[in-house]
Amino acid sequence: MPQTAIAAEQAPTNRALREFLHGLPGVDEVGARERAAGLATRSVKTTAKAAALDLAVRMVDLTTLEGADTPGKVRALAAKARRPDPDDPDAPSAAAVCVYSDLVAVASEAVRGSGVGVASVATAFPSGRAPLEAKLADTRRAVADGATEIDMVIDRGAFLSGDYRKVHEEITAVKEACGGAHLKVILETGELATLDNVRRASWLAMGAGADFIKTSTGKVAPAATPPVVLVMLEAVRDNLAATGRAVGVKPAGGIRTAKDAIRNLVMVQEVAGPRWLDPALFRIGASSLLNDLLMQRSKLRTGAYAGPDYFTID
Amino acid sequence: MSSEDRPPAPEGGNGAGGADGAPGDGGASAAGGGVSATGGGTSMSTSRKGSRLDGQPLEYAPAPESRSVVRLREAYDPFIDGEFAPAKSGEHLTTANPADEEPLAQVAVCGEADVDRAMAAARRAYDTVWRDLPGAERGKYLFRIARILQERAREIAVLETLDNGKPIKETRDFDVPMAAAHFFYHAGWADKLAYAGMGPDPRPVGVCAQVVPWNFPLLMLAWKIAPALAAGNTAVLKPAETTPLSALLFAEVCQEAELPPGVVNIVTGDGETGRLLVSHPGADKVAFTGSTEVGRGIARTLAGTGKRLTLELGGKGANIVYDDAALDQAVEGVVNGVFFNQGHVCCAGSRLLVQESVAEEFLDRLRARMALLRLGDPLDKNTDIGAVNSAAQLERIRALAETGRAEGAEAWSPPCPLPERGHWFPPTVFTGVTQAHRVAREEIFGPVLSVLTFRTPEEAVAKANNTPYGLSAGVWTEKGSRMLWTAERLRAGVVWSNTFNRFDPASPFGGYKESGYGREGGRHGLEAYLA
Amino acid sequence: MPEHRHDGAEAPRVAVRKTHKLYIGGAFPRSESGRSYPVASADGEHLANAGMASRKDARDAVAAARKAFPGWAGRTAYNRGQILYRAAEMMEGRRAQFTAELSAATGAGRPEAEREVSAAIDRWVYYAGWTDKAAQVLGGSNPVSGPYDNRSAPEPTGVVGVLAPQEAPLLGLVSVLAPVIAMGNTAVLVASERAPLPAVALAEVLATSDLPGGVANILTGRTAELAPPLAAHADVNALDLAGAGESAADLEEAAAETLKRVLRPDPAVEWEADPGLSRIRPFLETKTVWHPVGT
Repeated sequence: MPQTAIAAEQAPTNRALREFLHGLPGVDEVGARERAAGLATRSVKTTAKAAALDLAVRMVDLTTLEGADTPGKVRALAAKARRPDPDDPDAPSAAAVCVYSDLVAVASEAVRGSGVGVASVATAFPSGRAPLEAKLADTRRAVADGATEIDMVIDRGAFLSGDYRKVHEEITAVKEACGGAHLKVILETGELATLDNVRRASWLAMGAGADFIKTSTGKVAPAATPPVVLVMLEAVRDNLAATGRAVGVKPAGGIRTAKDAIRNLVMVQEVAGPRWLDPALFRIGASSLLNDLLMQRSKLRTGAYAGPDYFTID
Repeated sequence: MSSEDRPPAPEGGNGAGGADGAPGDGGASAAGGGVSATGGGTSMSTSRKGSRLDGQPLEYAPAPESRSVVRLREAYDPFIDGEFAPAKSGEHLTTANPADEEPLAQVAVCGEADVDRAMAAARRAYDTVWRDLPGAERGKYLFRIARILQERAREIAVLETLDNGKPIKETRDFDVPMAAAHFFYHAGWADKLAYAGMGPDPRPVGVCAQVVPWNFPLLMLAWKIAPALAAGNTAVLKPAETTPLSALLFAEVCQEAELPPGVVNIVTGDGETGRLLVSHPGADKVAFTGSTEVGRGIARTLAGTGKRLTLELGGKGANIVYDDAALDQAVEGVVNGVFFNQGHVCCAGSRLLVQESVAEEFLDRLRARMALLRLGDPLDKNTDIGAVNSAAQLERIRALAETGRAEGAEAWSPPCPLPERGHWFPPTVFTGVTQAHRVAREEIFGPVLSVLTFRTPEEAVAKANNTPYGLSAGVWTEKGSRMLWTAERLRAGVVWSNTFNRFDPASPFGGYKESGYGREGGRHGLEAYLA
Repeated sequence: MPEHRHDGAEAPRVAVRKTHKLYIGGAFPRSESGRSYPVASADGEHLANAGMASRKDARDAVAAARKAFPGWAGRTAYNRGQILYRAAEMMEGRRAQFTAELSAATGAGRPEAEREVSAAIDRWVYYAGWTDKAAQVLGGSNPVSGPYDNRSAPEPTGVVGVLAPQEAPLLGLVSVLAPVIAMGNTAVLVASERAPLPAVALAEVLATSDLPGGVANILTGRTAELAPPLAAHADVNALDLAGAGESAADLEEAAAETLKRVLRPDPAVEWEADPGLSRIRPFLETKTVWHPVGT
């Protein structure tokens, strides 16, 4: 693994980026799948499970990204994020709500004072197909409206055509537009197709200043598959060793059950290390997951299996 | 990777040595504020309710598989001619759980009269029932056995773990399903032997005397019995002295399948029982898996008898990592190569040959990965490394590891407290090893890796082949032509490229040189059981 | 100018006799021991002296065979086939010599000797055709249950010690040597003790057949003296005991020390019969290579 990552200040050439990214060790897909499958056999029970479930709740970026989203829907989501289980005052809040940029102001108002963050997708989500000026304007507006986190998409077309410089420049520019907001860079791994590309895109994004690397928009399948998350966790681990900077990871899309979430936490622990077992460095983009986590929490607490009608749907 | 970022050592014990204290509530140590993601900008830490884990290891609570699925008998008789009946020898040995040294059961030590009786039963079954049973019908018995093994999988897995010391994860996910798969695969051959490449009308060999080792007791039994029976032979099998129980359970499976009496016979005992079996005049074919030393002796004994012999013996497999390898997967492969089954694997990748240009980085990653291995209670579902099978084997591993230190190699093991009772050896890697070190030449058969470096592909191949063994080898490179070039030159019966320790009933397995002769698995494996 | 006897008649020419030597590493050395032994025809008439190889000659032959092994095994199968066919061509060109030597050695009549020479030549052709087919027949792709490419292919086992049958000094000889070298092994062959001259003639054929030196090494001498060091030699991978006679069991026991592959003698062997793969298979190793299939 290279000792120096891409410095964000410079504007690297395509050739330099290509040399760096293609010089990364390859990923054997079958081996990566097997490692992820092996970790999925870890058994997390009783006290460990209770701790993991609470942590997972606190890592959820509760998400609604639909054309039909309304202020009412967003307020309901925010209420759920603040207080996921009205029957249990000990249930922690979710990490953030994640909405389209035009609804940031509504969301921001709705979570005020709760500690729940507001994440906004930006940069012509989900396709990323818009001029840079539009993407930057989108970002600035979201931050101005109160977004604490920006989830941008990379230009997959540029990445796949080898124009790494364009991807790098866009991330750098959006990072600047974020000001104090945190930047999560969505790689849309389902469109990158290979794990080699996932590794390269991870390093490209980290080098350009991403605070988080995120798997997917949720609009493309496959999304956050275990081998993809594994490879991204390896990337942040190696980036820390190379640069001293810890970048977060956010799988999004396809994580629907508490079991999936706990498997992700096991991967976090055994691949990136326990330092990442923290909402500051690991998030899960999801909507239906939250209720399953709460049902499992309730099961552990009461010993009885929970029913969906006892948990709020918003 | 700096040391502070290395994953922490597992808590060891993992419940094995009575360490059943649950590891905290997992949230005991949440620091005041969340760790900032980048050191700059707004903290992404969020609300604080409930138990907190931030940045602290997620302790896996003990997750032991229940022993209650296994009903152990106090004493076991040999299985001869379809029945369990007391051995004429009247002698017994005690088989114990290597993880806590508690006795499990008394098992007969079969003597000459018992072996005679078993061989006679096998001969009778061969002459009167099995040889002339249509292949399709023979196959159906094997299918039945495969299904029963699947049905009783959990029971067998727990029993195997108790008797052997290997982790339940492996017996559950590897040994037992693979044993069932061997029967399923060979069942289908029974009525298709004319297509096995031995001519249009191949005949069975006769009565097979088979001796299997303790490292994969049931799976090695399946490798021996499934092809023998499919080809129309009958068998007398002796399980290892320290791991007889799964073979005896397999005898019950044969009864449940209503396999005709005498087709499979299980004689338990020690080395002397094995010697009686392989040198028995009634054997038409001998099959042995075990040490090269014993294999040599069997080959000598059978010289001039005209009896068929296959031997699957020791190894000192080289795992070659080129500088362009997919490093993370190569680390996994090396770990799987030598720590799978506590390294009690004849085809273990016990010599790592890593290209000098990436050696340091690779070893850093390897050590970090080794620190994640969880050693302890074999019945715990999260255990990666179980107990060494016997005190004798542990002594051998210790002695060889000691020569490594004495000869100047540097040993490293992750922090890894060992349970107080039972036989344990921590995963260990030796660096600074040369071809002249005993740890680079002798089969250790334990969780011990010797690391050597090389500069060029020629040097890698020369070092890999510089051993009297020739069972397995690994190659790690992202360059296809180099992989094929290397695989072509490795003098080993199985070459795993960009993977390691993969097995399949359809894939022939066996060695070159002093690793033995003959193949097991696939069409090639049938050759040993057909005339 | 020929000298003339006093009576004017031409003096009878003194024949140039052939010194029968060993064939090691592509050269024709005398035995390092300096020994030779008389070879008699079937009816007891002295034919020639043959070299009597020593244990050290056997050792040198093994070293030559080992040295030649990687190169020969690394040749393409097509190339090995062409070289074996070339051996047949060269033998065909020396039919008369082989027929005469065989006839003298076995007492066979001319038609019978002719037939055996033809069969021996044809055997080279037969194995020339196997070189690039046996791997297809014996190897293959294995349908494993996982995302892996998995193939098994036969490879030559290495250096093979071959004790040629004592009878059938030509057809038996070719029948044991050709299958060993066809697949890329190299051989140290001990010729029929009683009738070694066809083997010496064969060595001369091989030396002119583009066969690289060391691939086939031919020793004449006492089987009882040469076989034990070959059976015990740690750098010999396999043994064909066709000509071992009563010592076969002892040799097999010695071979067990380094777990050599052993082809036991078959008392019922008929050298004229189609051998199929029966003498190819014992000197091959199956290598199975796994590789993941992914993007």
